[in-house]
Amino acid sequence: MLDESNKCLSAVKLTKVFGMGRQKCVAVDHVDFDLCTSEVVSIVGESGSGKTTLAKMLLGLINPTEGEVYFQGKKRDIRTQRKKREYWKNIQAIFQDPYCSYNIFNKIDTVLLDCIYMRGGRTLPWAKKVELMAEACSFVNLKFEELTNKYPFELSGGQMQRLMIARIFLLKPKILLADEPTSMIDACSRATILDMLMRLRKETGMTIIFITHDIGLAYYVSDTVYIMERGKFVEYGCADDVILNPRHAYTRRLINDVPKIHEAWDLSTV
Amino acid sequence: MNNVMLDVREITTKYITRFKEDVYAVDHVSLKVEEGKSLGIAGESGCGKSTLALSLMGYYFAPLHYTSGEIIIDGRKITGMDPDDIRKSILGTEIAYIPQGAMNSLNPTQKVIHFVEDVFQAHDPYKTKKEIYEFAREAFETLGLPAEVLQKYPVELSGGMKQRTVIAVSVLLFPKVLIADEPSSALDVTSQKMVIKMLKNLMENGFIKSMIFITHELPLLFNVTDDIMVMYAGQIVEKANAKEAVFDPLHPYSKGLMGSIIVPESGLREVKLAAIPGVPPNLKNPPCGCRFAERCRYALPECPAIAPGIREIEGSRAYRCILSEKELREVYIKETLIREACQNAG
Repeated sequence: MLDESNKCLSAVKLTKVFGMGRQKCVAVDHVDFDLCTSEVVSIVGESGSGKTTLAKMLLGLINPTEGEVYFQGKKRDIRTQRKKREYWKNIQAIFQDPYCSYNIFNKIDTVLLDCIYMRGGRTLPWAKKVELMAEACSFVNLKFEELTNKYPFELSGGQMQRLMIARIFLLKPKILLADEPTSMIDACSRATILDMLMRLRKETGMTIIFITHDIGLAYYVSDTVYIMERGKFVEYGCADDVILNPRHAYTRRLINDVPKIHEAWDLSTV
Repeated sequence: MNNVMLDVREITTKYITRFKEDVYAVDHVSLKVEEGKSLGIAGESGCGKSTLALSLMGYYFAPLHYTSGEIIIDGRKITGMDPDDIRKSILGTEIAYIPQGAMNSLNPTQKVIHFVEDVFQAHDPYKTKKEIYEFAREAFETLGLPAEVLQKYPVELSGGMKQRTVIAVSVLLFPKVLIADEPSSALDVTSQKMVIKMLKNLMENGFIKSMIFITHELPLLFNVTDDIMVMYAGQIVEKANAKEAVFDPLHPYSKGLMGSIIVPESGLREVKLAAIPGVPPNLKNPPCGCRFAERCRYALPECPAIAPGIREIEGSRAYRCILSEKELREVYIKETLIREACQNAG
């Protein structure tokens, strides 16, 4: 099933080294993977395992020390700012902390308008723009009329994260990278946000990369799960295989550490 | 019956905003924690869980104000006491509180041992530094923390270690009640497990006599506490033991919360997560009837007008709804049947 035309994003020997000499720290260590179009992938690992560094490299926010990223079969070229912008039309991200993800000086309609401009909608009539923004807001159960003239800090964490999804809805990127999108919000809003992301994927067929430390969440949303330990993938495969029959000791430990409700939680193993 | 460690009767506290509006964030909450037991408090963000924790200490500072109710710790009434007396003789020795993000409360310019000395000297100025060090070292080792931690600066410790250090320091004076407010929400799963193990250790080693644990992670509550209390909009909506609360919730809100549980177990992917639509009401002017009515799937036409009282049923359970236990169960069974019929049809 993994032929060349279906490949959406792939990494070959991706490596990032921070520092040098004695303080050298290999954050991501020769990572290879291939993503298919409209697949949902999770990258799971503890804090400090290099998940976020990998995400930043995929987004082009930091340069890899070694290795290449291929986007739709071609080598990714982001050497100039213009090319970077072109690349970011295809890949977008939702970050962990919604409070830090917005420009605090921009009102919410500006946030959404920027997305329309980025899709080349600068010349649309105003009524059409409003219609698009309202559609995006209603997709995430927010009311556009209440949001105009508000600043992002006037919203709650869950609402901000939903607004982030509304942005993605307008931008329609090919790949969405969600870096711990639900770790700062409560369990009830988490269900809402996961539900919206899944609906988004169904409607637009985008590829979603989840980065999380919550293995339950990874199991719930994804088709393929990659387990990351100290910058390397130690186990990957179909979600059912990895979670229900873990082979690597690290995966087993991660699964053991999550509190469960139908099975006993063994506290003696830490 | 065991000794009741913490007995709270109808406590009500309010915030006064800078526009002089009253916000009743904790509204007539009663609870009891017996010796050797732990109580979990669940609910969405903004339901008054953390405010309840603050209110239970008996020490109020603006904008939080005490309105009515009683707090009795091990037979001693602490409401109405002088705030200075409470600070000296209750906080730390009778009741200890671990706030959200407790690890940030360590002073980055001082070693951990200074923090410990501060805690002791506030209560017993005649203790020497050597005695304090010996005592702290022993306590740390019992709790599974290396004694070197005492001689380190907070920046040298990892997040999970800092959190465990704060917990260990907070129980050095053997409080009767420990209130832990989201002690593990900023940590990853392995550190979380260590924190939980430590909290369980505290109880077994006699450092504390009872515990109140606040979190929105239900699988965690289920594994840690004996009883679970669900809060909504400043009120208690359900009280039950952990097993009943998770597998057989009565109140529609608890039922909704249980629908959002995610655990890595087989069968999870077939379950559709059911989130509760809408947001909790604004407590500046709470709805006059049932506070959950506008988000409730099973609401009757009269629900927004009638404020239901708390109903006690057998097995020391309680819930707040106008429907009786039998009626609620019938509604749930009917819903399950309809859902199954839909699945079979489509």
